[in-house]
Amino acid sequence: MTILIRGASLFGGEKSDIYIDGDTIRDVGSISTPADRVIDANGLIALPGLVDLHSHLREPGGEGAETILSGSRAAAAGGFTTVHAMANTSPVADTAELVELVAERGRHAGYVQVRPIGAVTRDLAGEQLADIGGMANSHAAVTVFSDDGRCVGDALLMRRALEYVSTFGGVIAQHAQDPRLTVDAVLNEGRVSSELGLRGWPRVAEESIIARDVLLAEYVGARLHVCHVSTAGSVDVIRWAKKRGIEVTAEVTPHHLLLTDDLALSYDPVFKVNPPLRTAEDVEELRRAVADGTIDIVATDHAPHARSTKDCTWHDASFGMVGLESALSVVQHALVDTGHLSWSDVARVLSVAPATIGRVEGYAAPLAAGSLANITLVDSAHTAQWDSSRLHGRSSNSPFLGIVLPGRIMSTIFNGVETVIDGELVDPETLRNT
Amino acid sequence: MKHLISTRDLTSDKAVAILDTAHDMVDVRSRDVKKLPTLRGKTVANVFFEDSTRTRLSFEAAALALSADVTTFTAQGSSVSKGESLKDTLQTLEAMGADFIVLRHSHSGVAATVVNNGWVDAHIINAGDGTHEHPTQALLDAFTMRSRLRGETARGMDLSGIAVAIVGDILHSRVARSNALLLRTLGASVTLAAPQTLLPREIGGWGATVVSTLDEAIETRPDVVMTLRVQKERMSSGFFPSESEFSALWGMNDSRLSRLPSTSIVMHPGPMNRGLEISGSVADSAQSTVTEQVANGVAIRMAVLYTLMGDSR
Repeated sequence: MTILIRGASLFGGEKSDIYIDGDTIRDVGSISTPADRVIDANGLIALPGLVDLHSHLREPGGEGAETILSGSRAAAAGGFTTVHAMANTSPVADTAELVELVAERGRHAGYVQVRPIGAVTRDLAGEQLADIGGMANSHAAVTVFSDDGRCVGDALLMRRALEYVSTFGGVIAQHAQDPRLTVDAVLNEGRVSSELGLRGWPRVAEESIIARDVLLAEYVGARLHVCHVSTAGSVDVIRWAKKRGIEVTAEVTPHHLLLTDDLALSYDPVFKVNPPLRTAEDVEELRRAVADGTIDIVATDHAPHARSTKDCTWHDASFGMVGLESALSVVQHALVDTGHLSWSDVARVLSVAPATIGRVEGYAAPLAAGSLANITLVDSAHTAQWDSSRLHGRSSNSPFLGIVLPGRIMSTIFNGVETVIDGELVDPETLRNT
Repeated sequence: MKHLISTRDLTSDKAVAILDTAHDMVDVRSRDVKKLPTLRGKTVANVFFEDSTRTRLSFEAAALALSADVTTFTAQGSSVSKGESLKDTLQTLEAMGADFIVLRHSHSGVAATVVNNGWVDAHIINAGDGTHEHPTQALLDAFTMRSRLRGETARGMDLSGIAVAIVGDILHSRVARSNALLLRTLGASVTLAAPQTLLPREIGGWGATVVSTLDEAIETRPDVVMTLRVQKERMSSGFFPSESEFSALWGMNDSRLSRLPSTSIVMHPGPMNRGLEISGSVADSAQSTVTEQVANGVAIRMAVLYTLMGDSR
C-alpha cells in the first residue's frame, strides 16, 4: 500500500508532498510518483503522529469506563499514534505477564501503539518494588515506571526505585503529591476551596516532593520524570534542577494549561482532577515553562470515568478528565494561538520529546524520509464548540464540552495505516482489513 | 427564590424581608393558635444524612406551624452517603410527594449539586452541607442580633454599623462561612479571631478583618461575639495543642465578657462545649443569646418556607 499526501504544510511551514510506502515515509518533497491512495492535504498542517506519555486505558479491571480498544480509538481521533498506558489497572500492571497482556491487546486493537507503563511498587502499595526487571525485559519492553494516582511518598523507597530503574535504562514518572499534606484533599487550597468549604490540596505538597525527588535523582545519578506539573512553584524547582544539570523531565496536561480552580464554584465534578486545577497565575507560568523548555512535554492524563462516578457530589466523584481527543486543540488554543509555541514546537512537545523520554522508536526524525509513517494532519483554521460528538472513548467526562476550541484532526496515519480519514475515525473492521 | 442554598444568594433586601417575615412568625408563635395554613397540603421532607437533632426538630416545628405534612428521613453510614444513592433517595422522596426537601449532609456542596443537576423539582433548603454553609443558621443569627440590638425598631432594618467578632474554628465551620457572607451583605462589619491553623487560606474576599486572639477582637469592643463549636478531634489532628490552651486564647469567659460593653451579646450556634469555647457562666449570662437563637430558629425556618412558597406562586 502506498499513500501520497499532497500539499501538506510541514510543521505549519512550507508545503510539501509526503510519499508513504508500507509503514515507512519514502519521500518528502515535490512528488509525482503515483500512489494507491492520494490524500489532499491543502490547507492542512502535517505533524508527526502524537505520543502520549500518560493515559489511563482502564483495562483490565475498569472496562466500564474505558478499554484498550476504546482508548486507542480516542487516541487516534486525537491524532495520537502512540500512547503509554498507566499502571493503575486492576490488577495493577506490576508483572511481566500483565504488561505483555496490555501491549498485546493494544496491538490487536490496532489504532495506536500501546506502551504499558509498569508500576514502581507492587500493587501500587508503596511498600515493595514491583517486578521492574521482569517488565523491562518482557516483550512489552517497559521503559517508564509509575505509581501514578499515588505518589511514591517514602523517600528511601523512592531512592531505591530511582537506582533500580536506572539499572534497566528506564525512568520513574512520579506523581508528586505529599500524602500527608493532602489527606482527603479535593481542590486547590486557596480562595475557592475556602469559599466552598472543600479540603484544600496545597501547592507545597507537589513542590516539596519535586524538590526532594530532583535532589535524590541527582544524588543517585538517575533520570526522573515529573507527571502533570500544576503549579508555578513546581516550575521554579524544575527550572533550578535543570540549570544544575539534573536529568529531570516534566509534563503538563492540557487542562492545567487552560482551566482554573474557580470552575469548581459550581461544584460540577467534571472539574475534579488530581492534581487539582490551580489559578490563572499558575496557568500563565505553566505556559511560559512549556515555551522556554522547562516543561518538556504535554501529556494528557486521559482519565475516563463512568457516568455514575461523575454524576454525583464533588466529594463522591472520581478524580480525572478525558483528554486524548482534545489535547491538540487545547495546545493550539493555549500555546500556539497565544504565540508561546510554533507548530514545530508542538511536534516536539507532543511527539518527539515524549517519545525520547519513553524510548519509543521511530519518532526521532519526524516527517523525514526513512522514518516510520506516523503522521497527523490538522486543520488549524477549524473552530467549533467542543461537544460530545468529538469524544470516542467510553466516557464523556471532558471539561471542555461547550468551550469553543480551534483545530480538528483530519487524518491520522499509524505505521502507514490510516486510522482517521477526512476527520472520521476508521471503524475497527475496516482497520483490520487494511 | 426557589431554593435556599447559600447566603451568597441573598440580597440585602431579600434577607431583610425574610427577617421581617420571621418577625411576623414570632408573633404567630405567641398567639393562642400557633399555626398558619400556608403549607396545608404540602409535604416537607427532612432529609438528614448527618445527624443533627436540634436542626431537624427546628425544621419540623417550622413546617408543622405552617400546616405542612412532614416526613423525616435520617440516614447515616456510607451505604447511603454515596452520590448515586443520594440522587435515588431524593428522587424517591419526591416521587412520594415531597414539595420541599430540607437537606443536611456531611459533604460540602451537596445541596448545590442537587439543584445544579436538576435531580429533583422540589424546593431545596440547605440545612448544612459539610464545612460549606448553613444559611438558615446565619439568618437566625442575624435575626437574633437585630432583635437584641435594635429592639422595637428592628423591623425593616439591616445590620449596618454593627460589629461582629466570630471566634474559633473558622476553617471547619459552615456557620462562620454563612454568617460572614450574610453579615457583610447586611452591612455589619466582621472580625475573625482564630489560630492560623483554623483559618481558611486566601479569605481576603470575605471582607472580614482577621486577628489572632480573642483578646484582640475584644479590644475593638464588638457588639456581638459569636463563639463556634470546637470539634474535640481537631486537637488530635494538630490544629491546636490542648483544650486548655485553646480555651485560654480563644475561649469566651467572664473576664473577657467584663471588657465588653454591657449591651454586647454573646452567641453560640450550639451544641456548646461548656468550658472550652464558652464558659458556663457566660453561656448562662444575660448577655448570652443561646436559647433565644434556638427559639428564633423556628421562626426563621417558618419564614424561609413561607418565602420559598410565596415566591413560587
